[in-house]
Amino acid sequence: MAIIRTKGLTYTYPVATKPAVDGVSITIEKGEFAVLTGPSGCGKTTLCRCFNGLIPHFYRGDLRGQLQVTGLDVKETPIHELALHVGLVFQNPENQLFALSVEKDVAFGLENLGMPRNEMQKQVDYALETSGISHLRLKAPHELSGGQQQRVAIAGIIAMQPEVMVLDEPTSFLDPLGAEKIFKVVRALNQEHHMTVILVEHRLDLAARYADHVIVMDRGKVILDGEPKDVLSSEKARLIGVGIPKVTLLYQQLAEVGLLKTNEVPLSSEEITALLRGVLND
Amino acid sequence: MIRVNQVSFTYPNGTEALRDVSINIQDGEFLAVMGQNGAGKTTLVKLFNGLLKPSSGEVLVDNVDTKETSVAKLARSVGFVFQNPDSQLFCETVEEEISFALRNFGFDDLKVKKRVTWALNLLGLTEYRATSPFMLSGGERKRVALASVLAWDPKVVVMDEPTIGQDHRQKERLRQFIIQLNSQGKTVVIVTHDVEFVAECAPRIILMSSGRIVADGTGKEILTDPTTLTKASIVVPQITQIFLGLSDLGFPSDVIDLLSAKEIISERLISR
Repeated sequence: MAIIRTKGLTYTYPVATKPAVDGVSITIEKGEFAVLTGPSGCGKTTLCRCFNGLIPHFYRGDLRGQLQVTGLDVKETPIHELALHVGLVFQNPENQLFALSVEKDVAFGLENLGMPRNEMQKQVDYALETSGISHLRLKAPHELSGGQQQRVAIAGIIAMQPEVMVLDEPTSFLDPLGAEKIFKVVRALNQEHHMTVILVEHRLDLAARYADHVIVMDRGKVILDGEPKDVLSSEKARLIGVGIPKVTLLYQQLAEVGLLKTNEVPLSSEEITALLRGVLND
Repeated sequence: MIRVNQVSFTYPNGTEALRDVSINIQDGEFLAVMGQNGAGKTTLVKLFNGLLKPSSGEVLVDNVDTKETSVAKLARSVGFVFQNPDSQLFCETVEEEISFALRNFGFDDLKVKKRVTWALNLLGLTEYRATSPFMLSGGERKRVALASVLAWDPKVVVMDEPTIGQDHRQKERLRQFIIQLNSQGKTVVIVTHDVEFVAECAPRIILMSSGRIVADGTGKEILTDPTTLTKASIVVPQITQIFLGLSDLGFPSDVIDLLSAKEIISERLISR
């Protein structure tokens, strides 16, 4: 079942001369882990803003085409209603955090839903625990490091348990182990709670292995849309500068000169190590 | 160029961000400061241009104690590009943004124009000259911030997480550009988590954890040592993971970059 469906979606910011999202038609199935990538400025963030209604309701501008999220027509549905279904973690956590303590920030969305206090406490504990920041609960968000702030923003969305979670480069400020931890948290929400995940990410070396669907954008348009192995091994992806994992690049370079060949293009170091071991022991 | 002698730093809220840190950065060196979130990396580099002054110990830039001079004076020789471009950008157009510091340093109009054009071109921002920085994407704003610092040609360039929000092609450009800056004799300091980026640049690396320097060495030494890296919350580069995984087949364990990996593996596959 499709949880997000767009058809010919085109959006132009109020004073802009050309559209930031240009004729995008995509379908994201319920329960998918989708990675959205492409060169900086390609329209990824703009597309994410469409999913939770910030576009067109907050940013205004000109939105054309069809846009359905969790069965709702985004153009006709107010942001506060969409927020129950779609959670967005912003690229820059400072744009999202404002309360005087981490705990209050994470609880804010739930307070607005009018959730009873003890239930709220449970949800907040769960969100803090899952994002690994329980020890920071009484700290002020603006005193935390960039990576810690990013985890607070993610906790705020986890607490809301929306059907769809959109994360716009959620780990950019995190150290690699911290990033992996977040990806694993998101993967668990996806697999155990069937939350649909849309992850905007340049660091495909870390993210590719979790995805079941990769969408590549360039200059407002979707240029590749499919399974990770197909998308990441395509010539087009390399040409526009998608951050293909180094193991995949290594494989491609060895395959080009006829030294390696497999139908399962490796996306992780374990996969290519096994492949090389097999060939060398042959 | 920069000498940090037994420096400790405590923020007003009581957080001890640096504990007895000493490091020497030579003229023309290329250094990557790596480590986990909250390890004190950003605090350390903020000492270099005097934004922060040590609570104890001393920081010398070009033999001048940062306590004895002003940030404005230090900025001419130590340019600082912030982690979050929004902490740095405020003008109405990209051109004004890049011109701002140049005017403050007293460059004449012609020189300002020339340097702005040079910096825009260098970072692929020419088409945004008259655009508001706030209309640009996160990755583009980051490049505007970088352009505005490089424009005044400081002797030391400190970049806090320069690869955040940059796509693959821009990272490659940034890498070549850093190597070029460095080969022209500039001292370059980057703070980063991006192991894959560092693996391809192979600078000197210092690893930080809980306010201390826990390792200091070449890219090959540090990035192929899983035990030390894990302590600093850094993962082993993908290429190194492959080589560590195949070490029982006689592969070297100190390979960090794609090009060397391809050469070594090709050789083995051909001679099979």
